[in-house]
This record gives sequence, structure tokens and C-alpha cells, in this order.
Amino acid sequence: MASITTSVPVVERKQTRSLRRTTRWVERVAEGLVVGVSLVSIASVLLILVFVGKEALPILTSAKVHQEVTFGALFGSYGSAGYAWQPVSEVPKYSILPLFVGTLKVTFVALAVSVPLSVAAAVYVAEFAPRRLREYVKPAIELLAGIPSVVVGFFALIVLATWVQRVFGTEHRLNSLVAGFGLAFAVCPVVFSISEDALRSVPDAYRSAALALGSTRSQTLLRVLLPAAMPGIAASIVLGFGRAIGETMIVLLASGNAAILDASLEHSTRTVTATIAQELGEVVVGSPHYHVLFALGALLFLCTLGVNLVGERVVFGMRKRLGGR
Amino acid sequence: MTRTLGIALAVCLAACTRTEAPSTTGADGGTVTPDKTSITLKGSDTMVILGQRWAEDYMKKNPGVTIQVTGGGSGTGIAALINGTTDVCESSRPMKDVEKADVQSKRGAVVVETKVALDALAIYVNEKSPLQEISIPALRKIYLGETTNWKDVGGPSHAIVLYGRENNSGTYAYFKEHVLENKDFAAATQTLAGTSAVVNAVKGDVNGIGYGGIAYLEGIRALKVKKDDASPAVAPSLVTAQDGTYPISRFLYFYTAGQPTGTSKKFIDWTVSADGQKIIGDVGYYPLPKT
Amino acid sequence: MAAATTIPPESSRLALKPNAGDRALVGATTLATVIILAMLVIVLADVVIGGSHVLSWEFLTQAPTDGMTKGGIFPAIFGTVALTFLMTIVAVPAGVATAVYLTEYAPPDSRLARAIRVCIANLAGVPSIVFGLFGLGFFIATVGRAIDVAAYGGQPTYAKPSLIWAALTLAILTLPVVVVSTEEALRAVPRELRDGSLALGATKFQTVTRVVLPQALGGILTGGILAVSRGAGEVAPIMFTGAAYFLPYLPTHLNDQFMNLGYHVYVLATQSPDVDKTKPLLYGTVLVLLLLTFVLNLAAIAVRARFRRRLLQA
Repeated sequence: MASITTSVPVVERKQTRSLRRTTRWVERVAEGLVVGVSLVSIASVLLILVFVGKEALPILTSAKVHQEVTFGALFGSYGSAGYAWQPVSEVPKYSILPLFVGTLKVTFVALAVSVPLSVAAAVYVAEFAPRRLREYVKPAIELLAGIPSVVVGFFALIVLATWVQRVFGTEHRLNSLVAGFGLAFAVCPVVFSISEDALRSVPDAYRSAALALGSTRSQTLLRVLLPAAMPGIAASIVLGFGRAIGETMIVLLASGNAAILDASLEHSTRTVTATIAQELGEVVVGSPHYHVLFALGALLFLCTLGVNLVGERVVFGMRKRLGGR
Repeated sequence: MTRTLGIALAVCLAACTRTEAPSTTGADGGTVTPDKTSITLKGSDTMVILGQRWAEDYMKKNPGVTIQVTGGGSGTGIAALINGTTDVCESSRPMKDVEKADVQSKRGAVVVETKVALDALAIYVNEKSPLQEISIPALRKIYLGETTNWKDVGGPSHAIVLYGRENNSGTYAYFKEHVLENKDFAAATQTLAGTSAVVNAVKGDVNGIGYGGIAYLEGIRALKVKKDDASPAVAPSLVTAQDGTYPISRFLYFYTAGQPTGTSKKFIDWTVSADGQKIIGDVGYYPLPKT
Repeated sequence: MAAATTIPPESSRLALKPNAGDRALVGATTLATVIILAMLVIVLADVVIGGSHVLSWEFLTQAPTDGMTKGGIFPAIFGTVALTFLMTIVAVPAGVATAVYLTEYAPPDSRLARAIRVCIANLAGVPSIVFGLFGLGFFIATVGRAIDVAAYGGQPTYAKPSLIWAALTLAILTLPVVVVSTEEALRAVPRELRDGSLALGATKFQTVTRVVLPQALGGILTGGILAVSRGAGEVAPIMFTGAAYFLPYLPTHLNDQFMNLGYHVYVLATQSPDVDKTKPLLYGTVLVLLLLTFVLNLAAIAVRARFRRRLLQA
């Protein structure tokens, strides 16, 4: 998915109008059609917001739903049962905190593993690798992004889980570590691609200047290049973070799906995405459980939007401060 | 120009749509679908293999009929019955009154229950586990999270790792009602998507414990179960399930909205006939007791 | 890309003899690269080793039998192909049109263009399960219901999981991929070509369709291939909008359900009746899915590389 934020040369277009004064109707229709179809993208985002929000709204407005669960109850604790997610129960419990904590735990593991690895690899490919090698390594790492997430989840379930249990001695075969490592497979290519592009975009003048002033390669890298590429690298981390919190199949297969609220990475955990995926099939349309699941989806969507926005601000600020590209 | 385009589109769409003859409402409020050649079975994962085998056999004997079987959990099947997206719901637990009322209000029909097979809910442990039997009160304590170490039930000193099903599973609901007395599972129970996932997990975990249908016993062991500490330990088998001495045996059900008619009726009747019941043994469950 | 024309860092070779710190840095970064590549190789190796003995002509052309323990996965392949085909004929024209608008028709600094770009970027970040919710809540529950009431007298014909809804959901999901790839290709077309065409009296529409788009074909193809690869592998959006585990028929109508390779992997991995007996089928399915997406990705990379080389030569 590197192409999504690849820096593209801006082709300056003059407003070259056709020499004909009268625009034929074909032109009009064509332009109208093109504009109209382009609106699909805006319409899609709006529709997603509207329809996911519409089905989530009853949790704020419907009295019938409030009999079973209120918006506040989503964030609260259920007395002696604690922060429990047990929608199918004598007393249905809808505490979503364990789910969000689960998402954060696996994301943390995924980023902790993939960011150092990917940025380091990006440094290697951009700075140290011979040109021929670069032409093979970069596509190869991007191929990792081409592996469907269900295959990564399958791999994590069958192979990674056993390996983690052997190396880390965990009690539970499926836990946050396994799910996090699995997620790293999906996050690495994203962070790598964009960081590598960012490093390559740093003008070579910076490198020459630093070396001319007598710095070693590591000093050049750490003091000059990385800071210059930091906006791009930060953007890649933000994208990686967004990818990780939104991923469904890997965590569904590899996290154990136990909605526990604790800080241990060696216990099974349950993410927001896996909860929606597991339970959406069984809800009766219009039941409180149905609306809560949509509310979860809406919250997740808002989170990713928020992450993107914050990321953009941070990157923008960095660009201004560093004066880099 | 737009009108012809619209008509052309509508014609194409119609040609590409699969429709069934419209159903009418029968005398008892059920839907009568005349000569439907394709029916859907949806629901219990416990029953999905059984449903599939039945479907395969029935389709072989009745070419021209297609039966579509999907899993997802008993809860999924019941939701589908309420939403109207399935003809027959497979369920490994009885439907609740609240759910029956939903069917009544949404589909205007009374739910009809057909018992089709018997299952003994097995308690899975790893083959290397030294445990041979367990009592229901002890099992309850384990799954409520009150007993957390194997040594409290006669095993080696090690934490117990709990494996269970998602909450849309009939097995989950049955276990909750009959073993946990409707209390909640311990939060640390890992929720797995199907019985085979539970089996796979217990197979790979010496300290694991799980539950599920007897037909899935492959590479693991089923514990003998005691109704309470004083009763004798009974192993799950055809005899003990049919005569009721195995304390956690249950029926497997087909549910329809209203009396089954047409193809659905023929299929369901066939499953409870001698031909259909014979297949159950091959799959690993138990045929209905002969009354 | 600007980076393609900067002086390659061979100039860094003029540096002083590397000291220990430099060597450690190069070593560490090389190691990181090797680890990531190893991740790729291990997954591939595991799937190929586990699944290659299952692959056969029968496996690819027969339906599963005996409770998914024998037979093949042809219905899943067919379903995946049908799904991605429908998705592509929606996503590619829409994506190309959007990219054409953004590069050719939108006035510079247009607010609409900015809004479209923001929406595309956000669509790219939406979690796949939210697309599933959207497909359920909008396509099935709203549009499907409306169609049923209008054309089928309330009979649930389209208000249920269907091929068309899953395809449309995936089309929206893959739209950003097509748009970004096409836009990159369109921007790479030299301005002179457009100006020349207009100077010769062609209209904007003629310029776009006869001059610019053919030049950008490589990028459009890349985008389409990447979209297909993504669509073939996604499971979360189709779980509730159309995929099914065992169907006795092939999806030949727009409102049919369908089997799907990715969904099949998920179900076999978690709900298969006999884990050991279905493992070969599971590995085989994973291998077929992986081969499919890999071949597509490699094709996209090859097309993109050839296209870039041609452009650099021009």
C-alpha cells in the first residue's frame, strides 16, 4: 500500500482551454460524468458514517435499548463482575473497555516489533544497499503486504503460536504476543515502504554536506537523514497504527478472544474488530446487541479518522519545523 | 435515452436474480412455499457436519433438490430464523421464549421444534492429562474461575487454561445453563469460533480443558462425568446418552417458522426416519432414543 | 518520483573508512532487512510445504465432499473469481474516473478536489470490518430492502447476503488503491503531450481519452491488479454480506451467496469438523489463495516496473 502516500511530482497545469469557444455537449456530459463518479468517494465516506452511525444511534436515543444498556454503561463497570463483556447472559454486560484495551495491547506489540525492524530495513535499503539489491529487496518486502490477512492469521494460529509458546513459555497458546507478532507481518510493509520513500526523498545534498563536514555514516544518518525524513517516517507509523487497530482476521484467529481487562501480554485478549466479526452473525436485527456492535464499529471508525487527523497534524507540524520536504 | 437505459438495466437485473415462487401464509401462520427446490439450513456448529452429511445424502437420493448448510452457531441460526434468512434453523439448545416471541412478531408464525438427534456434551482434556473424571460442581467451579489450579481437582499443580465457545453457540448456552446454572463464564475463558477450534486447542495444551459435542473427539479425551460428588462417574456413550445416565446429554433440534412444508418437510421427515438416523452414528452423534 | 532523479547515494561511498559504529549500524540494518525478508520466506515456505502435495487438477476442479475432508475447492475458486470480477468492473471505472477528475478536470486548489482526496485517504484507513457493517447496514438492510419492496413485493430476494452486495462493498474498499495508482500514472504523463493535443485542436475529452489515458495504462493496470489482489484476499467485509461455507450450487445470480477462498480458510481453520482430516484441504486452500494473490502482486510489480522504465526512456 505504499503507493497511497508516494510523493508525486506536481504537474503544473495551465488552464489550457480548448480553442473552440463553444463546448460541445459531449464535453459537458463527459465532465459531468467524471465529476459525478468522483463524488462516489465522498458519498461512500458519508454513507459509511451515516449508516453505521444510524444503526449505532439507538444506543443514545432508544428507550427500549436503554432498558438493556446505555451509552454510559459501555464505559462503566458492572459492579462485582467488573468490566465484563457478556452480551448473552441473564444480565447482559456490555463493557467495551476490555475490548479497546485488547486492541491497544496487540497494536502495541505489533508496533514495538515492526517499527524498529521496518525503519532499520528502510535505512538499509535506502542508504546502504547496492542499487541492484535494492530493486529486488524493496518489492520483496512489499510482497509481504500482498499476503491476505486471513493467511497471516492462519500462519499465526498454527505456526507462530507454537513458536511463541516455546520461546516465551507462555501459558496460553493464543495471546496478545502471538496476535501482535502476526499483526507485525501486516504493519511492517506499510512502515517500511513509506519510510524508505521518505529517506530516498531526502536530497542528496544533505548527505554530501554532512560527509564533507567530516561526519561518519552513522552520524550522517542519525543526525541529518533521519531527522530530515522524520515527517515521512512519522506518517508511516501513523498509517501502521491505523492498520493495526483496524485489522480483523489476524486477531480473530490468533488472539484467543477472551475479553479480559488486564495488562499482561501473555494472556488471551479480544479486540474490538474481532468482537464485531464474531458476534455480528448471531444478532437479531434491531436488538440491543446489534446496536451495540454498530456502536463499536462507529467508535472504531471515529478512532481511525481521529488517528489519521492527528497524524496529519503531527506530520504537517514536523514538516514545518524541520523545513524538509 | 435514460428511460431505455433504465429498462435495459432492469431487464438485466431481473435476468440475474434468483427468485423463489412467492410464499403464502398457511393455515397455521407458517409460510407455505410451493415446491421450493432449494432450502437453507443454518445455525449450530455442533450440528453443521451432521447437517452437511444429511444434505449430501438427501441430495444424492433426490436430485433436483439443493440444500445449503451454513454454521455460525445456534444463535446465528435462531437470528436467521427471526430475520427470515433461513428455512430451517439448526440448534444445539432449545429456543428461549423471548426468541420464540420474536419469531412470532417478525414472521407471524409459531415456532415448530423437531428433535433430530442426541448429543452428549463431552468435557475435553488433553490425552496426557492424568484426570479421568470430574463432577459437575467441580466443573462449575472451574469454568466460573473459582478453581484455577489443576491440583484442586486431582491433577498436577498448574494453572487451568479454559477454552470455550463464542456466545452465539448453542453449546455455550447449554453449558452455561446446565453446568454454570446461568452464571457467567470466567472472563479468562478463551472464546473460540467452533468446536474443532476447541478440540485443536486442548489437543495442543496439556493444561487445557474444553467442552463440545461428542462427535469431535479426535486426539483428545472425554472425561467421565459425575452428576455430583456422590454419584458414579459415567462415560459418554450411546447407551448412557439415550437412557439419561450421562448427566449432560442434550437433544439437537431443527426449528422452523410454522409447520414445515414442501421440501423442508420432506427433508426433516427423512432425517428422523430410519435412513436419516443411521447417518448420525457415522458422524459421531447419537440417534434419537426409540420411543 | 523526485527520488528517481537524485544522485544515488554512491556519493556516500566517498566517506571516510567506516568505523566500528558505522559497521554496527550497517550490520544492524542489514539484520533487520534479513529478518523481514525471513518473515516472508517462512510464511511462503510453510504454506508451500504444507499444501503442495494437496494441489492437483482434481483439487482445483472438484467440489468438497465428505464433510470437507475430500474433494476440491472449485466452488470457492469460482466464487472468489466471480466476486472479484464484479468488484473490478465497478471499482476500476469509478477509480479511473475519480483520478481523471483530480488530475485533468479539477481546477487547482479546488475545494471539491481536496475533499475527494481527503475522502479517498480516509477510505483507505477504514477498518475492513467496518466495511462489513456498512455492507450489512446500507446495501442489505436499506438498498436490498428497498429493491425487494419495489420489485419483489417484500419477498427477501435482495435483502440478504448476496454476491452483488459483497462485490459493491469490496469495490468501495479497493477504490483508493485504483485512484492512487491511476493518479500517479496520470501525473507522470508529460504536460507537453496534453498541450500538444489541445494545440492540434482536440477537445479536452479527446485529449484525455485518446492521449493521456493510453499513456497511463500501465498505472491503471497496476491499480486494477492490486485491487483484485486485495479483493481476493479480504474476508471481514464479506463475512456477513455474502460468503457461505458450503453451497451445493455455484453463484450464477446476483443475489446468490458464494463460497470464497479466504472465508473458506477462516472457517476450516476454526470450525472444521475434524481438524486433522481437513488440514490438507486447509493448507491446499491457503496455498491456492496465496498463489493467486502473489501472482497478481508480482504481475502488478512487473507492469509498474516496465511502465516506469518506458516512461524514463521516453
